[in-house]
Amino acid sequence: MKHTLKLAGLTGIASSVATSSLAQEAMTLDQKVNEVFAASTGWFVNFIFMSFPGTNFPWIVMWLVVAATVFTLYFGFVQFRFFKHAIQLVKGDYSDPNDAGEVSHFQALATALSGTVGLGNIAGVAVAVGIGGPGATFWMILAGLLGMASKFTECTLGVKYRNEYEDGTVSGGPMYYISKGFNELGLPGGKILAVLFSVFCILGALGGGNMFQANQAHAQISGIVGDYPGWITGIIFAGVVFAVIVGGIKSIANVTEKVVPFMGILYVGAAAIILIVNYDMIGWAFGQIFAGAFTGLGVAGGMVGALIQGFKRAAFSNEAGVGSAAIAHSAVKTKEPITEGFVSLLEPLIDTVVICTMTALVIVISQQLIIDPDTGNYMLNEAGNAIATVDGNSGVSLTSAAFASGISWFPYVLAIAVVLFAFSTMISWSYYGLKAWTYLFGEGQTSELVFKVIFCVFIVIGAAASLGPVIDFSDAAIFAMAVVNIFCLYFLMKLVRAELASYAARLDSGEIKKFTH
Amino acid sequence: MTVKIVIGLDGTDTGERALKFAKDLASKISECELIAVYVIEWSPFTFQTAEENEKRHKRREEEIALATARIVEPAVASLEADGFKCSGLVRHGDVAETLNRLAGELGGSQIIVGRASSDGFAKRIFGSSTQNLVMHADVPVTVVG
Repeated sequence: MKHTLKLAGLTGIASSVATSSLAQEAMTLDQKVNEVFAASTGWFVNFIFMSFPGTNFPWIVMWLVVAATVFTLYFGFVQFRFFKHAIQLVKGDYSDPNDAGEVSHFQALATALSGTVGLGNIAGVAVAVGIGGPGATFWMILAGLLGMASKFTECTLGVKYRNEYEDGTVSGGPMYYISKGFNELGLPGGKILAVLFSVFCILGALGGGNMFQANQAHAQISGIVGDYPGWITGIIFAGVVFAVIVGGIKSIANVTEKVVPFMGILYVGAAAIILIVNYDMIGWAFGQIFAGAFTGLGVAGGMVGALIQGFKRAAFSNEAGVGSAAIAHSAVKTKEPITEGFVSLLEPLIDTVVICTMTALVIVISQQLIIDPDTGNYMLNEAGNAIATVDGNSGVSLTSAAFASGISWFPYVLAIAVVLFAFSTMISWSYYGLKAWTYLFGEGQTSELVFKVIFCVFIVIGAAASLGPVIDFSDAAIFAMAVVNIFCLYFLMKLVRAELASYAARLDSGEIKKFTH
Repeated sequence: MTVKIVIGLDGTDTGERALKFAKDLASKISECELIAVYVIEWSPFTFQTAEENEKRHKRREEEIALATARIVEPAVASLEADGFKCSGLVRHGDVAETLNRLAGELGGSQIIVGRASSDGFAKRIFGSSTQNLVMHADVPVTVVG
């Protein structure tokens, strides 16, 4: 790059020529980043998404769904039995007024949600529906409902085994409950598993919590202002994130935290308006979702394809079983760890069952996915790996086009929302990654700074790389966390059951009372 | 019977006038206990970052220590100097709601507060804590101008 500039200066070539050669070099830089990235992460991605022999069903998807089902059954459908109680807890009905000023259930939930509600709900759903067809939505909803039990399990443990330091700060998460819980049960290997989880958590933070966000934010911005090199977006994002997490400019994070919930409401509101306007098509859309769930309606991979996409995207969006939420929820003030478990089960419900489903409905209703008029099935694109769309859109641009068909100016709002969601998810994940990092390398300014700088570098890489390798690596890293976390949850779930039995008995006997009526 | 009066402090001149009025009133009652309260405005329904949550407990302690040292202790010292039986409290929460709840819990027979200290646009939209207290309190409220 320096060379180009020097040359331009020496020969007196017009500045426009310099700019174009800059752009050319940038393109090759993007491609290089992409190439090196895909080559160096391929083996990891292949392992995580390995299929069962003789099928195309990835073992990791089965791993998540089986776990969510086991937790659902083991805790006797806790997500339905204690749903009302969860709402009461969030409303503060059971909060001691003398604890006012501490982290409330609502705040812990909102913080965890701002880490999960984001691009997964906008771009991830579009990927799921684009590849797996409308039927993927059905499996996504099912995975969301089952995932509530996984979230309940991990967040209860997160609070129960958190570290409370003398100065009053708290640190929690799978690395703490794995090591402490295994110790308590007299099981070996807790420390090793906790370290393994932390390693994957750092990779997940750099992948799904960072590169995927930067990548899709760039896609969204360049979709509106025209194509330009990804590293430019990356450097801007990295600069702002650096200012917040290293520079300690809290005001940026504070503003984001306040704006993001309104963006979420605005997004759901816009989806609701489009659905209301097209109310006559909702029945048809659900028909497509149900039919597609069991027949695939001609999409690549058929019914199994829809199922895999639905489950994958649901897990990627609500992170149930992944363990990240346990880090966010563990700061709550409560004497009963299980109460935070109840509250956390609302997370997959809001994230997946409500928000993801609305995105999927808007995409289906907008008819961006092309249906073959002869067969009624969806048509595949030229590559044969996804459904053909009206303008060839995929990912976040598909969602954007779907919303635009209902509200023409909405892509601009969506672009702002995507950037803010991406930013808030990055801030959340930088925290999760940092907690895992400090668990491994100890707390201290230098150690923390090293992680934060690495985090910012990955933002640039993420924005510059193309979607394919980034999304693969992001998924793989996040799911790798779930491999360790869920394995440990199977051993630790009896601790949660003891808590549940004790709490339910005291709730029934009236020992646990409401403070407000 | 001891009459208990809750005084809502706000760290401003109007709070000081409320304190002075309470002294005048208490001096006319044979057995009177004054409870000076400062409420740190706080809502459980805000959005915070994970880092803020992690340090919340520590911050809360610091906020309470600061409010006690700067506002409540000087008020209690001034009441004690004038020979009144008194105590001081710092709480987090919605100002009006918390003062009313404390009055109920502590058996306060009335609440004395200064008039609204906030002014302008925000007050027009949301109303002031004093307004809210007057409208919803379960015990008589005296607003000192």
